[in-house]
Amino acid sequence: MLIIDRATHDAIIEHARRDHPDEACGVVAGPAGSDRPARHVPMLNAARSPTFYEFDSGDLLKLYREMDENDEEPVVIYHSHTATEAYPSRTDISLAQEPGAHYVLVSTRDGAHDNGPVDFRSFRIVDGVVSEEEVTLVERYDDDVSPTQKAADR
Amino acid sequence: MTIEVRIPTILRPFTDGERAVDGKGDTVAELIEYLEANHAGIKERLVEDGGVRRFVNVYVNDEDIRYTGGLDTSLTDGDTVVILPAVAGG
Repeated sequence: MLIIDRATHDAIIEHARRDHPDEACGVVAGPAGSDRPARHVPMLNAARSPTFYEFDSGDLLKLYREMDENDEEPVVIYHSHTATEAYPSRTDISLAQEPGAHYVLVSTRDGAHDNGPVDFRSFRIVDGVVSEEEVTLVERYDDDVSPTQKAADR
Repeated sequence: MTIEVRIPTILRPFTDGERAVDGKGDTVAELIEYLEANHAGIKERLVEDGGVRRFVNVYVNDEDIRYTGGLDTSLTDGDTVVILPAVAGG
């Protein structure tokens, strides 16, 4: 199950709508081992395409360095589909290389980019096998400790 | 000479879970051969058709080797090599 706070959930949908008709992509980092998506990082889709997304290679290095320094990991990796359902495509499955991440897909098809309802679904993708999981929205996380605070405590 | 190699989560099964390993080599190609000798199976995950896999990024001191000569990119003592899977899809 993915537990995610409403503000981050809404920010992901907002990002997907803003970048429509291109695919939007990004991560939500969280403290290593916490499974808590805490820090939303919208990424540039270097492919600038309605059917493909890819993080820019320099941005990717910067992102992973930041996460290392903060003792974070990519808890959520998200992208949008702009004309198809919010379900991993064959390409998504073959390129998924973060076995610990929740892969979130949102769909901005059928007017969802404007003001229609946006599908927001979460999956595990491990060794080519997709399993959908429940998404639970919370207003805030209990005993909230920011990644920065956690790093400072070390 | 020693090169520090940062290993991504998905390849850590090849390194007994280690996040970083030491390597040797005058080029990235030699480094990968060295890694393969110590962590069998890792090469196939990094290389295809004589080049770096399309959806794997290798950086030498923060430079993506696609722009510095690919597998022929030279290495010197103390360099840091980072391997990161691309984050991409359709």
